[in-house]
Amino acid sequence: MSYVRDVGALARKDLLLELRARDTLPAMLLFVAAVFVVFHFALPGTPSRLETSGLLWVAILFTALLGLGRAFVPEREQRTFDGLVLAPCDRSAIWLAKSLATLAFLAAAEVVALPLYALFFHRVGGATVAAVFLADLGICGVGTFLGAMAVATRARDLLLPLLFLPLAMPIVVGAVGASVVDSPGRYLGFLALYDLLFAVVCWASFEYVVAE
Amino acid sequence: MLTTRRLGKRYGEKRVLRKIDLDLPRGGFLVVTGPNGSGKTTLLRICAGLAQPTEGKIERAATRAQVGYLGHEPLVYRELTALENLELYGRLYRLPERRERIGMLLERFGLWEARHERVVSYSRGMTQRLALCRLLLHEPELLVLDEPYSALDEAGAELLDAQLSELSGERTFLLSTHDPARVDPLASDRLALAV
Repeated sequence: MSYVRDVGALARKDLLLELRARDTLPAMLLFVAAVFVVFHFALPGTPSRLETSGLLWVAILFTALLGLGRAFVPEREQRTFDGLVLAPCDRSAIWLAKSLATLAFLAAAEVVALPLYALFFHRVGGATVAAVFLADLGICGVGTFLGAMAVATRARDLLLPLLFLPLAMPIVVGAVGASVVDSPGRYLGFLALYDLLFAVVCWASFEYVVAE
Repeated sequence: MLTTRRLGKRYGEKRVLRKIDLDLPRGGFLVVTGPNGSGKTTLLRICAGLAQPTEGKIERAATRAQVGYLGHEPLVYRELTALENLELYGRLYRLPERRERIGMLLERFGLWEARHERVVSYSRGMTQRLALCRLLLHEPELLVLDEPYSALDEAGAELLDAQLSELSGERTFLLSTHDPARVDPLASDRLALAV
């Protein structure tokens, strides 16, 4: 129970920081809207559902990358990581709280992105919404973990996409698959399995990421 | 409370700390001095558990919850208020009477009136006072203070003097400073590091 309270306190802190500083969410919203507008005018004729599904996931992935890149900025700029690491809470609570906060920002960006996608390209079905939900969990869990690794390095801005994009490939495969096939169950199951596997790995090994 | 044997630290090829032997008993007050680059901060970070030595060993009879660390940074979020920062740490340290403790510390360090203001609007001295509130919030057994007087004005420094005097003997201190005369009456031991 105290673990849940720690995660709650840390996630609340991240949401409050964003509410005050407004560094991340406006950038994500503008980016995802701009991407769809660019795609709309850049693609000739009427693109197929398969093509536009790919575009949707490219937009979501890069929008998420924007949020992930900023996830640990307050800790880096204000050097507060030491304070969090010294606190007696389980260190994986830092990862979980940060993942939840990033998930909230990404979900907010998708509230804009999905209607825009429907407006410019194709209707968004239930399978796509389910895929978005499952993919978001994986993106935020893995991305936050890698963000914590990258933030300790000098080449952090370069390192995060280099580490994250290869690991996000299975998410794209599963999400595009779930968006375009008639029976998306297998792809949604694949996304759920990815989420579960990486959640366990990230949760268990975050302690070592924040250790010096 | 704290023992080190042949403690050393390297960053790649660069050696920043060499063969440090320390015996800091419970209630002791060790003052660490030395010029810039002599490894004071590295030693204190290792003793606080924020860094790992590359050579030698360290034994600390204090859990993470019993260590208080004050470094060069205040370890508070600038976009949060003083109250929100202390509430966050109070929750993470699971303090039973959090609100009362926070209120008492803010009063003592003269920040009660400014408790709802964001830290970004604080002067450097006020931020350092808030850092001291954060340090003392969970009543740590082992206090590791890295140049705690550096950003304080005279009033703040006197407040810190009073706090150190009150707690010395009861708690264990490891303090680095460029002004050892200031804490000399409290010191039970001294360690001078060289570059």
